[in-house]
Amino acid sequence: MSDITNTPASPARAFDWKAPDYQDRIRRRRRSELWLRSAGLVSITLALGFLALMLAALTVTGYKAFTQTHVRLDVPIPAELVDANDIAGSNWRRVMQGAISAEFPDLEGRTLRDITAMLSDGAQYRVRDTVIADPSLIGKSVAVTVPMSDPFDQLAKGLVDRATPEANRRVSDAQIAAFDKLAAEGRISRPFNTALFTNADSRFPELAGLKGAFVGTFYLLLVCFGIALPVGIGAAIYLEEFAPKTRLSDLIEVNINNLAAVPSVVFGLLALSVFLNWFGLMRGSPLVGGMTLALMSLPTIIIATRAALKAVPPSIREAALGIGASRQQVVFHHVLPLAMPGIMTGTIIAMAQAIGETAPLLLIGMNAFMTSAPATPFESATTLPTQIYIWADSPERGFVSRTSAAILVLLAILVLMNGLAIWLRRKFERRW
Amino acid sequence: MTGLAFLILFVAVLAGYALNRMAASQIRAGGGKLHSLTGFHGLYSALVVGVPGLIVILLWLAFQGPVIDRSILAGLPEDKLSGLDSGAVSLVLAEIKSIARGQVFGTPEDWKLAAAQTMAERTASARLALVVVIAVLCIALIAFSRSRVSAEFRARHGVERIVLGLMIFCSTIAIFTTLGIVLSLVFESIKFFRMVPVSEFLFGLRWEPQIAIRADQVAGQGAFGVIPVVLGSVVIMIIALIVAVPTGLFSAIYLNEFASPRARNIIKPLLEILAGVPTIVYGFFAILVVAPFLRSAGASSGLDVSPNTALAAGICMAIMLIPFISSFTDDALSAVPRSLSDGSLALGATRGETMMKVLFPAAIPGIVGGILLAVSRAIGETMIVVMAAGIIAKLTINPLDSVTTVTVQIVTLLIGDTEFDNPKTLAAFALGSLLFVITLGINILALRVVRKYRELYD
Repeated sequence: MSDITNTPASPARAFDWKAPDYQDRIRRRRRSELWLRSAGLVSITLALGFLALMLAALTVTGYKAFTQTHVRLDVPIPAELVDANDIAGSNWRRVMQGAISAEFPDLEGRTLRDITAMLSDGAQYRVRDTVIADPSLIGKSVAVTVPMSDPFDQLAKGLVDRATPEANRRVSDAQIAAFDKLAAEGRISRPFNTALFTNADSRFPELAGLKGAFVGTFYLLLVCFGIALPVGIGAAIYLEEFAPKTRLSDLIEVNINNLAAVPSVVFGLLALSVFLNWFGLMRGSPLVGGMTLALMSLPTIIIATRAALKAVPPSIREAALGIGASRQQVVFHHVLPLAMPGIMTGTIIAMAQAIGETAPLLLIGMNAFMTSAPATPFESATTLPTQIYIWADSPERGFVSRTSAAILVLLAILVLMNGLAIWLRRKFERRW
Repeated sequence: MTGLAFLILFVAVLAGYALNRMAASQIRAGGGKLHSLTGFHGLYSALVVGVPGLIVILLWLAFQGPVIDRSILAGLPEDKLSGLDSGAVSLVLAEIKSIARGQVFGTPEDWKLAAAQTMAERTASARLALVVVIAVLCIALIAFSRSRVSAEFRARHGVERIVLGLMIFCSTIAIFTTLGIVLSLVFESIKFFRMVPVSEFLFGLRWEPQIAIRADQVAGQGAFGVIPVVLGSVVIMIIALIVAVPTGLFSAIYLNEFASPRARNIIKPLLEILAGVPTIVYGFFAILVVAPFLRSAGASSGLDVSPNTALAAGICMAIMLIPFISSFTDDALSAVPRSLSDGSLALGATRGETMMKVLFPAAIPGIVGGILLAVSRAIGETMIVVMAAGIIAKLTINPLDSVTTVTVQIVTLLIGDTEFDNPKTLAAFALGSLLFVITLGINILALRVVRKYRELYD
């Protein structure tokens, strides 16, 4: 104490903030502050820039796949080519060639075949089905609007550079001339590509669609949901409400946490050797895929359910116990209904993760080429991500934009599901 | 027929419920004092019928196919299978199966037709037997549970015991899954190591798994040295981390300390979108945009860039990891108590100094744990590298060269036909074991780091 009292009250030390070395120091500190701040901003811009670039690239390449070039043609149905008794078995390729040759009378041979190639392979079936529906058309002519094949679709969308030499182009000069003639007559149209949603996969880009993938994904999610939700809720209730602190419950918890971090491809190996090799289930079926993804989504659902159960205040449990409910009645009549919104939110997020999962599905053979949608979950099928994988691997130009379009559809579904989860949380979440 | 078995079970469950409930109501109407509510009597019957019934159907379906296959193979004429390896045997079996389904290709031998006939008959009778067994079982169980209904019967206790048992079963599925993964990986790997010595696998410098499956195919000798494959994984992982770690860290620092609450509320969900994008989308982005860009950039600067570089795969993997690292860092920074940063600010430190000298050092264990988890994700990530990286294993660390990874090799080896008796297929399981061990090790290490070095402020 003494040294304080003895010290004469010193006048406030005049601090020279303007001294050059202090000014310098402040400047240095401000500079490093600015540096850190801008490093953060640059990083965030970089991350969001990647996101924007990715969406932009997918949209730019993908939006064109949502339209498909069609051509309106008058197809004569000559009685000598189409047998009224066997309409389906007639030579429809010749009929289509006849239609083109009626359009371009001065062509023959190879050039005629080249021009006929502008029609999609599916065009003849559309004409055939029209005639089967109305056999009186034989001998007359039918006006149909049919899809054009992929090279011409690209041409119509401006993706073929007419300036490149003919040898390096996928469409010849004669084909371009024929296309321009039809376009000048106003017979080329580009309506919305409904085939993208109503057709299953095909070797021909203009006919390929996502229906098989939609149905496969639906079945897969159904199986996954049907297994993962009850099992996940059961496990979470046991661990959160009933399990005594024993070795077993510790082991289970460690296992659940580890499973959440196991690479997805390892689950594919498990499915391959257990579900396919041992149980002999159908290779590539949504059943097997759904079971695999159910095992993968279990940790997510269990963790979300436990959090939701934990959020229900103990007073609810105590009140129910107090009026004589058994412990299970407390959980099933009171706690679980109150925790349900949180559980559903977690489940939807887990399902959204499952939709995008690809690697384990490749190992169990869900990337097979399927030209029809599966009728049951027990048949071989594809899903949206494996369909994207198949298309991304296909060499035809038309599949590039279709892959992007399929990804856009997948992302739209994910946005919808996550939006639903957020809406559920906002609407039903209760703060106690 | 299988559907019929499920239908019978379903009806039996409903019937058991209704019967017991009515019986209990009658006792009550007759003046008896029930221990349990009528609904519990009904539920007891439903569970007693439903649970064993479901177990029987599922077990039956799981074992019906393999048992019939064995019996058919055992019943074939002696000389037909002698000298065939297991692959050829399974081919014969597949042919018999497809004939039994009615898909006949060409003209199969008579003994195959006969076997197919037997198989079709046995399958049909097995299905019929299932329906009969289920029907008998259901009736017996309904009768049993009905006989237990009485005023004193503690139906609620019975129900609760069964439900508790079901819940315990549900929670052990996690253990069974881990067990299944470990056992299947170990068994197939052991088969592999019988053909290829462990030392060659772990230390070999050449990976050329494209060996001949049939004798008349032209293919390489086959070499199963895992070093170049692991090196590829590591190269791509390092590229990804070099990009993702600083970006993720600085994003989190900015969001945590500098961003206004409004900016934070907009930017955080956007970063989460990045985390929710399926990895196949990043893979396609790599081949659509990143790889062509690198190639043209390389061409203009005179570098030789291969079409599927490690760099393209690494960059796309980094995009996937940025939100992961950023959210981990953000959580770790937010967990540091406010009093520390308040104290630092009160002493006159700038926000930046507070962050770098107080918050960040305190948060380091959590951040390191997050980065370790990111490493394990990068090594286990499959679709990005399957689409963007190469297939040929090269012993190189040049990021502009094409490398392959453990996950790519697993997928390429197993896509298409898989026969479980040649080293090519089994090698995938050996790689899977390696991957499982590495990622598990890193995850455990990450948890240790977080637990051990976390400072407790409470």
